[in-house]
Amino acid sequence: MNAPAKLPRWAEVGLLPLINLVAALLLSGVIVKIIGESPWAALRLMVQGAFGSQEAIGYTLYYSTNFIFTGLAVAVAYHAGLFNIGAEGQAYMGGLGTGLVCLWCGAWPFWAVLPLAILAGAVFGAAWALIPAWLQARRGSHIVITTIMFNFIASAVMTYLLVDVLINPGQQSPETREFAANTTMPAMHELLAKLNITFAASPLNLAFFIALLAAGFVWLLIWRTRWGFSLRVVGQNAAAAVYAGIRPARVVVAAMLLSGALAGCLGLNELMGSQHRIVIDFPSGAGFVGIAVALMGRNQPVGILLSAVLFGALAQGGSQLSFDMPKINRDMVVVIQGLVILFCGALENLFRVPLSALLNRRARV
Amino acid sequence: MKSTPPALELRGIDKRFGAVHANRAISFSVARGSVHGVIGENGAGKSTLMNIVYGFHRADAGEILIQGRRVEIDSPQAAIAAGIGMVHQHFMLVENFTVLENVILGVEGGARLKDGMARARAGLEKLAHDYGLDVPLDAIAGELPVGLQQRVEILKALHRGAEILILDEPTAVLTPKESDQLFRMLGRLREQGKAIILVTHKLREIMAVTDRVTVMRQGAVVGEVSTAETSPRALAEKMVGRSVLLQVDKGAANPGASLLRVKDLEVRDRHGVARLKGLSFELRAGEIVGIAGVAGNGQSELLEALAGIREPTRGEIWLEDRELVGEKTGPRERRQLGLAHVPEDRLRMGVVASFPAQSNAILGYHDNAACNRGVLMDRAAILKGCEQKMAAYDVRPPDPRLRLSAFSGGNQQKLVLAREIDADPKVLLVGQPTRGVDIGAIEFIHKKLVALRDAGKALLLVSVELDEIMGLADRILVLNGGELVGELAREDATEEKLGLMMAGVREDHA
Amino acid sequence: METYTLIVLTLAATIRVATPLLLAALAGMFSERAGVIDLSLEGKMLGAAFAAAAVSAVTGSAWLGLAAGIGTALALALLIAFACVSLRGNQVVAAMAVNFIVAGMGPTLGLAWFSLGGQTPQLNDPAQRFTAIAWPMAEHARDVPLPGLIYAELFSGHNLIVYFAAALVPAVAWIFYRTRFGLRVRAVGENPHAVDTAGISVVGLRYQAVLISGLLCGVAGTYLSIAASAGFVRDMTAGKGYLALAALIFGKWKPWPTLGACLLFAFTDALATRLQGVALPLVGVIPVQFILALPYALTVLLLAGFVGKAEAPKAIGVPYAKEK
Repeated sequence: MNAPAKLPRWAEVGLLPLINLVAALLLSGVIVKIIGESPWAALRLMVQGAFGSQEAIGYTLYYSTNFIFTGLAVAVAYHAGLFNIGAEGQAYMGGLGTGLVCLWCGAWPFWAVLPLAILAGAVFGAAWALIPAWLQARRGSHIVITTIMFNFIASAVMTYLLVDVLINPGQQSPETREFAANTTMPAMHELLAKLNITFAASPLNLAFFIALLAAGFVWLLIWRTRWGFSLRVVGQNAAAAVYAGIRPARVVVAAMLLSGALAGCLGLNELMGSQHRIVIDFPSGAGFVGIAVALMGRNQPVGILLSAVLFGALAQGGSQLSFDMPKINRDMVVVIQGLVILFCGALENLFRVPLSALLNRRARV
Repeated sequence: MKSTPPALELRGIDKRFGAVHANRAISFSVARGSVHGVIGENGAGKSTLMNIVYGFHRADAGEILIQGRRVEIDSPQAAIAAGIGMVHQHFMLVENFTVLENVILGVEGGARLKDGMARARAGLEKLAHDYGLDVPLDAIAGELPVGLQQRVEILKALHRGAEILILDEPTAVLTPKESDQLFRMLGRLREQGKAIILVTHKLREIMAVTDRVTVMRQGAVVGEVSTAETSPRALAEKMVGRSVLLQVDKGAANPGASLLRVKDLEVRDRHGVARLKGLSFELRAGEIVGIAGVAGNGQSELLEALAGIREPTRGEIWLEDRELVGEKTGPRERRQLGLAHVPEDRLRMGVVASFPAQSNAILGYHDNAACNRGVLMDRAAILKGCEQKMAAYDVRPPDPRLRLSAFSGGNQQKLVLAREIDADPKVLLVGQPTRGVDIGAIEFIHKKLVALRDAGKALLLVSVELDEIMGLADRILVLNGGELVGELAREDATEEKLGLMMAGVREDHA
Repeated sequence: METYTLIVLTLAATIRVATPLLLAALAGMFSERAGVIDLSLEGKMLGAAFAAAAVSAVTGSAWLGLAAGIGTALALALLIAFACVSLRGNQVVAAMAVNFIVAGMGPTLGLAWFSLGGQTPQLNDPAQRFTAIAWPMAEHARDVPLPGLIYAELFSGHNLIVYFAAALVPAVAWIFYRTRFGLRVRAVGENPHAVDTAGISVVGLRYQAVLISGLLCGVAGTYLSIAASAGFVRDMTAGKGYLALAALIFGKWKPWPTLGACLLFAFTDALATRLQGVALPLVGVIPVQFILALPYALTVLLLAGFVGKAEAPKAIGVPYAKEK
């Protein structure tokens, strides 16, 4: 057994992620410096851009909503011992489901469209996860590779559909016609206005609450039900699961279906909430960012919420940064995301081992 | 003779892993042309010591002398250079390589394989001739039977010019016949002047082949004697540190109704090879039936088939008047019907090491009403249940929230037993109940099993420790090559008889 | 155009598309056969593509560009090796991190250095690029119908890296099956414990294998930016690293079958370009996307065991720890 260095819980969920985050940000600062801008000014601009106004906060949380969905998707699969790199493709296909409901049910009232749109997103996303899941469960095909392949296949299918089938006639860009107004998510500022609270206009919408509900639902499911127990047993020790009368193949498929369904809900925020049509490549990497979010959040729903907000802030602050600093564009955000994945995931033993040595020495004295 | 320094001498080897003091100032020496036994219980520190000698671990203190000269062994590379070869318990073979490729790995004799391969082939044929180590050089290593794979390991060591050969529990996977062949081979190596270290926990082997023996307990050497001047009982007492109860204290069995019946049970592995070849027996209330046999003769398959983990290819399993068949009666359903199972390999199958004790205490029973309240799990009940089990089975520390890997082997096993026995099964399948368990816990576990028998349950005990079978079982079935070669009442069983039967000699001839 | 001309030109395009795939797939072969999942082919190639184009643009030398491309990919490989081999981090995560970092870093540095929105300057001087090498008489041979055209299009007229890639296949096969290093790499991906007990450093071997992957990815990336095109653009690998990985798996981690897989995948790509909007008899217009997705679908089918069976190196993805 290769037991990782043990840390007390507060260090495991609090201190270590913080150290990793700081390391990633420090290195990002070095890069900004190399480019010839001031890291401090950049940081200030980003924080300002992400949290400096109601509008900024709205945008930040709007991006966070996407990341909550995909982060939860990655985490659910992770607990079952699966690495779902296919959240991107599942989100893409899920969005198709949501989009089709919005396109086809334009005459229906919103309260009827909403459950159907959620269902369609979840079902389409789950369906896209089903084949890799089934192949993993029944034929042992490496799910990392199959989900990557399915990302590309999803991209090809969606390009075909948007270019050749669903395209709004008489238009150049590959996207559908706009959804009817009654099939779009109410924006947050409109909802708050009904409660007599004024909030600046932003793409933040009802889907944010759906994401919070999803996080609570996942937490209950994983940590408080026997199904979640079985799922975690399969993820930690498949032989023990068989011994305990759990059927790993079923759990693997079920976990991936749930994972795909969660990723598939991204369209609720991105398409129904903001774009109001199906556009090409709308997940724009959120599926991959979900990996970083889950890693940073230690695969716990609360951690995922927090890290989703962080990544939302990076996305929003980053676009602000690219406005104000001519030498920096939004790609810098991708670099920072990569560095966070690097330090929180790949290099986690870098600080874990010395930290555990330090804390254990202090504990012994 | 005194002037020749020993082939290997250890002086004051000391090693700690965190809080565990694995080796305490260990010293002994091994002469050329001798077989030196190192015996001790699981966890006595034998493996750590050998890993230090082979350069896997570095000792915190102490020195290693080869032919009287101090050497620094900080890697297997250095060990090989010093003339040390090691045959590990789990073979270190690249399974899809040929025997020849396996042997030359690391000593290829040049950047191009061609010339080195030809030279190695010639050298190996000579070795095979000198020591009677015939192995097909171009066969794929993974397709050879274990006895031959072990020979490949010995060839590997000799091909590297080993003068000191360490064998770690070499007979664990061998049939008695293969073991005899191995011992004959070791005899020949001894004649050629090699120094051989045989690490084992089996007294029989020590008595059969060694010249001297070092006894280890709790990381320290507690005795070193000439084999000719000692007895198995004396060694056993040294090993455990007090006079051992080779007999478990129990009254006569009072078998009642038949609870589990097995008819013509056949199990094939995924390659289609029959691992169980038509077994039939029954288990009655109030008795412990022991399954004796060398590891790998179908015991695991039997337990797994009975527990519902492995689908038999033929035959019937009846629990009282109900036939257990197919997916409808998997492990979960069998537990509910009163068939519990303590698996052979606890860490691989019986527990989830990263989960807290309280989660492990419900593993397999997590669907039961007692653990759930509606759709959610009843956390208070689970915690309380675990506390009760820990108290009743003296699990230390009694902390349900502690992750399982933090408990000692004995305490983990007690928790598993508590879980399975607490479910009040009619039939309990027990595999290697005391593997990796300290002496104190062994007695506790044996008492619990006997108490369960006396409460009118039926127990099937699988163990590769003959002493355990002899001590606990009321009836003994002997497995060899997936077949039952015979059945003995405890009174009629002797080590000699069982040994012959384990080697495949039928009851009527034994 | 005559049918055979079409076919020959499609095959010539196949070779050009196959080159970076082949280089990357062979790169991945070293890493994966040594037991380290190579999902960072994409990132290493992209990083090399940027560095090669940037240095070539600044120095005017294609060779310095190549050196920079290789150097960058090696540095990324070193990071992977440090994370996965020394620190025993998760190999998939490490690769994702590298892919992210490079995807952002190229355009970021590109913008800062060249102010062209993340691209590098157009490379107009032939010395800045690896250009096609015309074989003797190739221009004249073109007029001789079939054999001449094959000579001119399939053999002549490629750049140096294409020929390098072609020569690499037998070389890699030789290394894997005829040399000590190859034996050890194959062994460490199957059973690192056996390698360790044989007195060989597992860490050392894996570092070497991962670095060779970096080296070859460096060449592949350089090909993309300063041989196949004249400068770096954002995301110019466009999934080729993953496609190369698919080819490696489709080729069952063996050199010659991997070459076959690369050619097959490249052919679908070349075909897709040819068939864009062309109505075929009987089937009509085949959507290009479906042809492009074919390699991925084939790989999934292979992994599912529906077309042959791919046995991955046994120890792949598992960090090596001495104590069991």
